[in-house]
Amino acid sequence: MIFDIEKETAPREDLEPLQLSRLRNLVERVNANVPFYRRKFEETGIRPEQVKSLNDLKYLPFTEKQDLRNNYPFGLFAVPKENVVRIHASSGTTGKATVVGYTHRDVRNWAGLMARAFMAAGVNRGDVVHNAYGYGLFTGGLGVHYGAEELGATIVPISGGGTRRQVMLLRDFGPTVLCSTPSYSLFLFEAAQEAGIPFSELPIRVGIFGAEPWSEEMRQDIQSKLGLIALDIYGLSEIMGPGVAMECAAAQKGLHIFEDHFLPEIIDPITGEQLPPGETGELVLTTLTKEAQPLIRYRTRDITSLNYVPCRCGRTHVRMSRIKGRSDDMLIIRGVNVFPSQIEALLLETEGLTPHYQLILDRQGAMDTLEVRVEVDEKLFSDEVRHLQRLEGKIQGNIKEFLGVTAKVKLVEPRSLTRSEGKAKRIIDQRPKV
Amino acid sequence: MKVEQISIFLENRAGRLTDVTRVLSQAKVNIRALSLADTSDFGILRLIVTDHERAKQVLKENGFTVGRTSVVAVEVADRPGGLHSILELLSNNQINVEYMYAFVQQTGKDAVMIFRFDRTDQAIELLQNSKIRIIPGDELYNL
Repeated sequence: MIFDIEKETAPREDLEPLQLSRLRNLVERVNANVPFYRRKFEETGIRPEQVKSLNDLKYLPFTEKQDLRNNYPFGLFAVPKENVVRIHASSGTTGKATVVGYTHRDVRNWAGLMARAFMAAGVNRGDVVHNAYGYGLFTGGLGVHYGAEELGATIVPISGGGTRRQVMLLRDFGPTVLCSTPSYSLFLFEAAQEAGIPFSELPIRVGIFGAEPWSEEMRQDIQSKLGLIALDIYGLSEIMGPGVAMECAAAQKGLHIFEDHFLPEIIDPITGEQLPPGETGELVLTTLTKEAQPLIRYRTRDITSLNYVPCRCGRTHVRMSRIKGRSDDMLIIRGVNVFPSQIEALLLETEGLTPHYQLILDRQGAMDTLEVRVEVDEKLFSDEVRHLQRLEGKIQGNIKEFLGVTAKVKLVEPRSLTRSEGKAKRIIDQRPKV
Repeated sequence: MKVEQISIFLENRAGRLTDVTRVLSQAKVNIRALSLADTSDFGILRLIVTDHERAKQVLKENGFTVGRTSVVAVEVADRPGGLHSILELLSNNQINVEYMYAFVQQTGKDAVMIFRFDRTDQAIELLQNSKIRIIPGDELYNL
């Protein structure tokens, strides 16, 4: 089942000219409408008309997450504000969030791409989609939602949390498709078991899992426990949201990047040089059709490789391997992107100083856990228990409010946290490796 | 009229209290009174010692987080209602007790309570006006 046969199965000799004309159009558009890009092109000494082949992509400058932050909130919009119909943003403390705008056509394109993703997973009209991705500024919930409606499937917009209620609706509504983070699917499985509802007896046959890295072993585990086909979906809010790439049920071997909309490259994260097909490096994406906020050569920091070998599902679009890791220090905790620097900023805000801290990541059952250890120095110390407990609660509340992650905050003695080579080791990730 | 108390942040793990007593013992500082407030993660050890300057210094040298607080030592008549009459007086004047603990006096006939008030100076004034004896720091450290 292929949603857009013409585009998704286009031979490369048809696909590449389309990509090139869209790329040239994109470069002209951002040069004309986005001062940030005009400056970058001038600095790089490149003129839009010099882009003559897809091979010229490598001469264009990169866009980094910091560029989005520096232009917060609307500095990278390429259309007048009144043409923007939707705004999403990633988590982040004030001023650090990355904002993305969408025109009406962007939202329609996104829905269409998510519909493609559903069909690649074998989902169609008549299916009932239980959508446990969060709704709101996070792109997961609404991206999946519009895609399911575009396809004509039935959507249950339950969003995240409220696990007992989720289990009740899984039983009562009989969904055939589950959309969530992979770890949350296992959490749902356990909750269903506790409620005496065997997952294998539910009609769910497909799980579309994303927003956090997971391993082949975890896939096998989920498939055998939940009795469904577990498929990987990829997306990032800066580029669009879920539906940038999707694994097909036919092969279950790599995620098709929808190449008529996104132009992928793999680079060496240190040198920035393009790497040949098959080699592992950092994924860089150029949005070919985005109107409101197009990005040129966006460095995703996700480590993967590209496979151009034709897929047995019939799609000609390149496949990326599952994400192998990150080229920066970003942590993904229960599907939420967290930079240690964000936690540091919150600690700084809480008491006006930079305490020594450590992040301990672990997994309990299927769920990630985060413990934030904060050294108590004389400035933080009080001889009253309730003051220290209030401090713990305040830090915990700020982390929950600004990053959307529930953390356990533990006060520890000064110098009790490991220092290696004079520099504190901030992160201890005890989660099983992907 | 205040008494200097030192407080120490302790992680809730085996041996930490022993580390404190070892440091004080080596520094020849005698503990006059103590109280330990604890939660599941951490504790706060509060001490009245013979030489709080020295105690604070050696504990800090050994990596402990040490705080200093002014508390009030009050002589309490050793009879039914002795403590109650003092607490009632404080309560009637809207003075809040943050925490308190008892001081063991070997020679005296009365008990001594250590109080941490929310308004220390007002509390001292009130107690003095009510002819309740407050034991000054110097006397207490050397009892």
